[in-house]
Amino acid sequence: MLYATELMGAAAYDAQANYVGRVREFFIEPADQPNRVSHFLISRGRFQPLVARYDQVSKVVPGRIDLNVNERALDAYQPNEAWLAVQKDLLDQQIIDTSGRKVVRVNDVDLSELRSNNHIELRIAQVDVGVPGAVRRLLQGLAPSSLVRRLQSKLPQRSIRWEFVNLIEPDPLRRVKLRITHEKLEDLHPADLAEMMEELSAAERQGIIASLDEETAAAVLAELDERLTTQIVEKLDPEKAADIIEEMAPDAAADLLADLPKETSEELLEEMPNREAHDVRELLAFDPSTAGGMMNTEFAFVSEGSSREEVLEWLRNQEFNLEQLDTMVILDKLGHFAGTVPIARILLAGPEQPMGELKTDPLVSITSDASEKDVFELFDKYNLRMLTVLDNDRRPIGVVTVDDVVSRLVNA
Amino acid sequence: MNLSSINIFIDHLRAGVLRFFSRGNQWRRRIFLFLAVIGPGIITSNVDNDAGGIATYTQAGSAYGYTLLWSLVPMTIALYVTMEMCARMGVITGKGLSDLIREEFGFRSTFFVMITGFFVDLFNVVAEFAGVAAAGQLFGLSKYVTVPLAAIIVWVLVLKGTYRFVEVVFLVLCSFYLSYLFSALLSHPDWVLAARMTIIPSGHMDTSYLLLLTALVGTTIAPWQFFYLQAGFVEKKVGPRQYPQARLDVLIGSISCMIIVFFIIVCTAATLNRNGLTNISDAGEAAKALIPLAGKWAAWTFAFGLLNASLFAATILPLSTAHVICEGLGLEAGLDHKFREAPAFYWLYTILIVVGGGIVLLPNAPLWKIFIFSQVGNGIWLPIVVIFILLLVNRRDLMGEHTNGFLFNLVAWVTAVAMIILTFVLVIQSIYQAFHPPAT
Repeated sequence: MLYATELMGAAAYDAQANYVGRVREFFIEPADQPNRVSHFLISRGRFQPLVARYDQVSKVVPGRIDLNVNERALDAYQPNEAWLAVQKDLLDQQIIDTSGRKVVRVNDVDLSELRSNNHIELRIAQVDVGVPGAVRRLLQGLAPSSLVRRLQSKLPQRSIRWEFVNLIEPDPLRRVKLRITHEKLEDLHPADLAEMMEELSAAERQGIIASLDEETAAAVLAELDERLTTQIVEKLDPEKAADIIEEMAPDAAADLLADLPKETSEELLEEMPNREAHDVRELLAFDPSTAGGMMNTEFAFVSEGSSREEVLEWLRNQEFNLEQLDTMVILDKLGHFAGTVPIARILLAGPEQPMGELKTDPLVSITSDASEKDVFELFDKYNLRMLTVLDNDRRPIGVVTVDDVVSRLVNA
Repeated sequence: MNLSSINIFIDHLRAGVLRFFSRGNQWRRRIFLFLAVIGPGIITSNVDNDAGGIATYTQAGSAYGYTLLWSLVPMTIALYVTMEMCARMGVITGKGLSDLIREEFGFRSTFFVMITGFFVDLFNVVAEFAGVAAAGQLFGLSKYVTVPLAAIIVWVLVLKGTYRFVEVVFLVLCSFYLSYLFSALLSHPDWVLAARMTIIPSGHMDTSYLLLLTALVGTTIAPWQFFYLQAGFVEKKVGPRQYPQARLDVLIGSISCMIIVFFIIVCTAATLNRNGLTNISDAGEAAKALIPLAGKWAAWTFAFGLLNASLFAATILPLSTAHVICEGLGLEAGLDHKFREAPAFYWLYTILIVVGGGIVLLPNAPLWKIFIFSQVGNGIWLPIVVIFILLLVNRRDLMGEHTNGFLFNLVAWVTAVAMIILTFVLVIQSIYQAFHPPAT
C-alpha cells in the first residue's frame, strides 16, 4: 500500500536514471477509469511542468518514481477540467461516505499497485479519514517515511473504500466532465441525506440538490432545516424549483412557499401545473399555526357504503404513499364527514363488509381554524394517528397526520 | 425547575416574541428579521471585554485619565471591519473559518493554527478564572469556592443546554455589562471632558502611553473571536438573504463593546486617576480602591461586571477552541450535537475548563505570568488569523460577488497591518515584562 502523501514531492527519474523533477500532483481521469491514477504532474523549477502517463511509470516507492521512457517522451502539462486532482480536489476536502452515511474530511489517499508488462499502475483503494493519515500529512518531509509508517501502524485506522466515496463538486460543468453522479445519494434515505447536507457549504448543497432527480430532491428538501430550504430554493432556477415543489406533498410545499418572499413564491406557483398550484394556494391561505395550516390536502377518502373489496380495488389504482397510509376517511352520501377507518380493520374485514361498520368510535374531527394546540390535545387524548380537518359544512378538506404533529412539537 | 424545562420555557418565550414581530406592520416585520439573526455579533464583541480586557481598561483609565478615550473610535472601526469579514464568510459559504483554512491552505497550516489556538486559549481561560477569583474575593468569597463553582456552572450550561438556550443566556449576560454604566454614573465623572476626549485625539508620546494603547487594541481584538463569530452564523444557518441583519448584528456588537470600554475608562478616570491612584493594573484591586472613592455600590457594580465578564468569557473561550480544533480535524463539533455524537468536542471543552480553573487554584500560581503569556499568544496568533481571513475573503471562487471592494480591502489591510505592528510591540513588551516583573 502506498500513500498519496508519501508520493507528493517524490523525485522522478527517467529511463536513463536522469533526474526529471518532482511529482506535485496526480490526476485521475474518471471518464477513462474511475480509480486509476492516469497522470503525474512533474514540476522542474522554472521550466514548464511535464506530465507522465500511467503507462510511462515503471517503479514507485515512497519518495521516488521511475519512468520507463526518456524525459523527451513526456508531454508538457496542460490544465484539464476533466481530470480530478488528488491534492487539490480530494485532500482536505469533504466527501460523502455513502456506506457510513456521513460527511467526512479526507486526510490522505491510499493507493494500491497494479503491475502490468512494463509499467505499474496506481489505483485509489480507499481514502483515509483517520488519525494515521493526519499524522502522515503532519510529518511528511519532516521525518523519514519508514519512521512515520512504523508510528502509524499503531494508530487506529479509519478509511473508506473508494467505491463508497461520493465527491461533491458544486460546479455543474465540471461535475459532468468528472462523471460525478449522485445516484448513490439517491439510494440513501432522504432524512440521512438532508442531515449530511447541513454540514456542507452553501454551494455544495446547491450542487447536490440541482443534480438529484426531482422526487428525491423534494423528499430531501422536506427533511432539511427550513432556513436552508429557503436558501436553496431561492437560488434554484425557477423552473427546476417548481418541478421539485410539485413533487412535494401540498402541505410541505405550502410551508416552504410561505417562508419565501412573496414575489418568489408567486413566480414558483405560476410555473407549477394548475392543479398542484391550486392545492398549495388553498393551503397558503390558512394561518400556519392552525389546523388548516398543518393539514395535508392529499388524503384517501371512500364512501361509507362501499365494501372492502371495492375499496381495495380502488386503492390498487391510486398513487398513494403506502408507507404513510394507515387510516382512511369515510364520507356519507352527501359528502359530509362520516368517520375514519384504520387500514388494519379493513385488512381483517369480510369482503362484503361496508366501511360504515368499520369506523372508529368516537367520531373525532377538527375545524380548519382551530389552533395547533387543540390539534395536539386531540392527538394526545385519543391517541390518534390521523385527524380529519373539516370546513364549515362538515366536509373533509384535509388531514393532519401524526408526523406533522411530531415535527411541529420538535421544531417548536 | 431543571435545565431542560428552562430550555423549553425559553424556546416558547422566543417563539412568542418572534410570532409577535412576525405579524403586523413593516417595522415589526423588520425587527422580526433582525431578531432571528441577532446573536453571534453582539455576543462575540462583548466577550472581548473579558477579565484581561477589563484589567487593561482599568489601567488605561487610572494611569491616563480620559486621554486614551479617543482610541475607541478607530478601534470600533477595526473591530467592525475584521468581524464583518468573518460574518460575511460564514453567511456566504456556510462554512466555519477553520473548515475554510483547512480546505484552502492544507492540513499543516490548520494544525499549526489549532495547536497555537489551544495553548493561547488555555492561558486566556486561566486569566478568566483568575478574574472570577478576584471578583469573588471582593465579595468576601474564597477562590476555592468561586472558581470550582464557576467551572461547574459553565460546564453544565453548555453540556446540558441547546444552542438556542445558551445563546439566550449569553445575550442576557451581554446586558449585564451595563453594570459598568452604573459604576460610571456613581463615580460622578466629568462627562463633557470625557466626550471631548473621545472625539479629539490627544497624544502623550511616552513609551508607557504607547504600550497601553497597544494593549488596548491587543485585548479588544482577539483572534479566537473570529472563529466563534463565523461558527455562530453557520450554526444559526444564516443565509445570504439575511446578510444585512447579520451585518447589523456585528455593527451593534462592535459599538456596544466600545461603549462598555468607554464606561470602564470613564469610571476609573473619574475616581482612581483623579485621586492620584495611577498605578493600578488589576481589576479586583481597582474595585477595592473604588469603595472609599465612589462608595460601595460603585465598587460592587464594578466587581459584578468583572465577574460577569470572566464567567462569560470562560464559557465561550473553551467553546470556541473546541470548535476550531474539531472542525479543522474533521471531527463532529457544535452545541447541537450530544456528548455521544461529538465526544472530542466535549472532551476538549471539559479539559480546557478543568485545567484552566485548576491552575488558578494552585497555591502561588504565577497568574501574572500567565496573563502575560495569554497576551503574547494572542499577539502571535492574531496576525496569522487575520491574514488567513483576508486571503480567504478575497477568493472569488469562495465568495463570488461578495469579496471585499477596493475601499473595504484598503481599510481591512491597513487595520490588519496596524494591528500586526501594535501586537508585535505588545509581544516584545510583554516578554520584557515577564523577565522584569513589576515590584508588588
